[in-house]
Amino acid sequence: MTDRRDFLRTTGAAAAAIAFASTPRRAGAAPALDHLDRFQSGASKELLLDAINAAKMAGASYADARIARIRQNFVVTREQQIVNVVDTDTLGCGVRALVDGCWGFAATRDLTRDAVTTAAREAVAIAKANRIARDRSVELAPVQAYPNANYKSAYTTDPFDVPLEQKVDLLLRANAEAMKVPNVKFVNSILFFVKQEKQFASTEGSVIDQTLIRSWPLFAATAVKPDFSDFQTRQGAEAAPMGRGFEYVLQCDLVGNAKKWGEQAAEKLTAKPIEVGKYDLVLAPSNMWLTIHESIGHPTELDRAMGYEANYAGTSFIAPPEDHLGKLKYGPSLMNIQGDRSQEGALSTIGWDDDGEKPDDFLIVKDGVFNDYQTTREQAGWLRDWYGRQGRPVRSHGCSYADSWGSVAFQRMPNVSLLPGTDNKSMDDLIAGVDRGIAIIGDGSFSIDQQRYNAQFGGQVFYEIRGGKLNGMLKDVAYQIRTPDFWNSMDAIGGRASYELGGSFFDGKGQPGQVNAVSHGSPPARFRQVNVINTGRQG
Amino acid sequence: MSAPKRLRDGIPAGAILSRADAQAIAERAMKFSKAEAVDVNLGSNVSTNVRFADNQMSTAGSLTDVGFAVQSWYGTKHAVVTTNDLSEASLKRAVEQSEVLARLAPDDPDAMPLLEPQTYETVDAYVDATAAVGAAERARVAMTALGPTRRSGDLKAAGFLVMGGGASALANSKGLFAYHRSTNVNYTLTVRTTDGTGSGWAAADHPDWRQLDFEKVSARAIDKARASRAPQAVEPGRYTVIFEPQAVGDLVQLIAGYADARLADEGRSPFSKQGGGNKLGEKIVDTRVTLFSDPRDAQVLAQPFDGEGMPLARQTWIENGELKTLQTSRFWAKKQNRTATGGATSLKMQGGSASIEDMIKSTERGILVTRLWYLREVDPRTILYTGLTRDGTFLIEQGRISRAIKNLRFNESPLFMLNNLEMLGISERIAGTEAGGAVVMPAIKVRDFNFTSLSEAV
Repeated sequence: MTDRRDFLRTTGAAAAAIAFASTPRRAGAAPALDHLDRFQSGASKELLLDAINAAKMAGASYADARIARIRQNFVVTREQQIVNVVDTDTLGCGVRALVDGCWGFAATRDLTRDAVTTAAREAVAIAKANRIARDRSVELAPVQAYPNANYKSAYTTDPFDVPLEQKVDLLLRANAEAMKVPNVKFVNSILFFVKQEKQFASTEGSVIDQTLIRSWPLFAATAVKPDFSDFQTRQGAEAAPMGRGFEYVLQCDLVGNAKKWGEQAAEKLTAKPIEVGKYDLVLAPSNMWLTIHESIGHPTELDRAMGYEANYAGTSFIAPPEDHLGKLKYGPSLMNIQGDRSQEGALSTIGWDDDGEKPDDFLIVKDGVFNDYQTTREQAGWLRDWYGRQGRPVRSHGCSYADSWGSVAFQRMPNVSLLPGTDNKSMDDLIAGVDRGIAIIGDGSFSIDQQRYNAQFGGQVFYEIRGGKLNGMLKDVAYQIRTPDFWNSMDAIGGRASYELGGSFFDGKGQPGQVNAVSHGSPPARFRQVNVINTGRQG
Repeated sequence: MSAPKRLRDGIPAGAILSRADAQAIAERAMKFSKAEAVDVNLGSNVSTNVRFADNQMSTAGSLTDVGFAVQSWYGTKHAVVTTNDLSEASLKRAVEQSEVLARLAPDDPDAMPLLEPQTYETVDAYVDATAAVGAAERARVAMTALGPTRRSGDLKAAGFLVMGGGASALANSKGLFAYHRSTNVNYTLTVRTTDGTGSGWAAADHPDWRQLDFEKVSARAIDKARASRAPQAVEPGRYTVIFEPQAVGDLVQLIAGYADARLADEGRSPFSKQGGGNKLGEKIVDTRVTLFSDPRDAQVLAQPFDGEGMPLARQTWIENGELKTLQTSRFWAKKQNRTATGGATSLKMQGGSASIEDMIKSTERGILVTRLWYLREVDPRTILYTGLTRDGTFLIEQGRISRAIKNLRFNESPLFMLNNLEMLGISERIAGTEAGGAVVMPAIKVRDFNFTSLSEAV
């Protein structure tokens, strides 16, 4: 079977040589060498060194360069038909330079010595131009040199090696299962794959080569009442995006789950609308991940706390740091929140970050108390006093990330997870402890203010809990929280066996906007007396 | 600064493809095609930026890139491959790869034949003065905010200037060719008070660098920050609200995402009619509301064709409160025997004549909102969204702004809101989307807007 990768292997280089020899150079086209061949042969690493040397020669005290190839593959279907098949491929080099404590960055798609050294000099020129507005110098925390580092993420089957027919067949079979359910009229499904290959070099002496793969099966079944008076959608939220390969997609059992998701979409048409009030909530990991992301992940980003995102993503209620580190009671003592880039198969898991730092595992919340922020090399020094008092070195947690060769690296979220409890409770155990409440599965609508206090979350399916047991489906449910009150109302969490990863490919932050892929692990958790609203207004 | 220096600093020659270069590259690529039909999409852009926060310089950068996408067709089978390498080898590889994928793809029953050559209006949105701006001038823009906030002692600025130029071209094997180029400058600024209780936002956006008044943006954000200090809580509930144009845009833009004919006809849209069919021709909002797209409008200047190459002229979606048109794809138009609309590249709401001051004076008790944040769908049946106010929310009592108030969460639909219209202001280009704004909105005053909870966030 022919697939894209085989095709590249058999025709890429030869075609390049022939085509170039016969084509005159013109503006905006036909660079002198084939970039992809240069990248695939590893020759591009010389360009990294050329770039950082050019930056140094131009006056940079620190420089790094990243050459990255980012490929995406989308297979999009609806009902029993294909919507589109898209392969994207982008390759280029970004150079970051620090001059007199000011940053500059420039990026080019041309992988030639001339182009990358020009970009390096432009990065330096931008940094120099910004000195008129400098007030405080950027200082980078120490980092070890990794002169020959390699990392490959946890995948066994590269999705870019899987034939298109197999992907289409899987989706159409899943769609067909959902369409068998009465009133299910529409199904949309997508397989989305990302492959990032990146090479990094810095003036600290590191040269790092990494290959990362991410896979995400998306599914949504929509049921419509015959008289057009209602429609309801069930998304397959439990099939989370992962830092794994096609083997993960097969494990998701899309065909088996599609039937269930279709049935639940149809059941939502006749579900009981929620009555407004305060309820105990039992949240599945497939719902928890997004609440953790918004109300813990974002407010514990140090750049937000210091005002660096004030003009876009916002600031944080956990500021200034000295008033909150070791003092803020985020939740009960059973609450431990870990930041890491090491959980196998998680989306933010990586060998080295885009500062060239090896990430460590760290506790953001320790026994219910706020303990640490997410940091990069630029930021670690801002917490010097806190680390000093604790006898810890000033060191980045390795949270630097750029979403493309054309994007500047800055602080992005690592995997931020609620660690499971030690007493092995299950979701059923948590439900058994609720007299009047709601169990919520899957993530739905989500919105949170710019300091991460007031949030509102929906879900995919909602079940009434009465006397410790599930008592039929509800609809039009959303819960509203004030972050510290909500987490302090958590009174039970599931054990290791109930822990699952959820996540997003598209966490947005920064200007220019960048996306980050991040996972959040969680057991199911129980919260007491949370405010619930009915979202089914008609006017 | 002398002219030659500015030119060297600005967008490099050739980085944005000219019409002739784009056409030549598209034709070269299509010559590689062995498919039954082929269409290509070619974009080139240069984007530069400077960012500052906490009264410090933050990151700054420059990006030069291109995007080439080719779609090959065998009957109704099709697939797209993209690359950012315009070398002959790369173009050939992309074309051939899209052919391999298209042959493997199942038939697409919604597929439509490629468009024949079309005639397009020209929209002149490329301004040389914008293309000539360099890093030193961008840094000086940062100082228009950092200067006053550093001197003040009680203010911190965070801002972002992003600007550049780009060209997009479409071509297909039937001989269609479309080309549009543009420049844009987008500047947003948030000023916060150092006591942590006040925050103000202001912004500007235009294709022409010379049209932006950076000092005015700074002054406005500073005034809002100081005026919003020490906010007090009000009870959530239904309020008369005056929305500035940015906030109106935040909500009204949402309607476009739902105004699709097929979704309505299939019963899964707010524009579906109970019992079957859609709401075309029905009054859906206040009769003073007219919503349209027009790439040539002087406040808009958007691309005059959509992603398939459909020419875009003025298209009215809502006229005097009546649902006039739903966005209709070529496939759905053929199936339903209607006219295809093309995909809109801009949105404008017809303004009135009231100033924000007029609106405030006429309000016994209400709330003034600068902008909205984190809007997310809650119920697709009604376009019910939740979100929050941000960066300047004030109570109006007896015809004047009486005090700053804490931010509020709403659960509301732009359709409900536009049914409760009281006053209509003057339309202006808004700047809240950093990709640049082809969105023009008036300030409005509405009654009974539904705030559901308080937020302590500043």
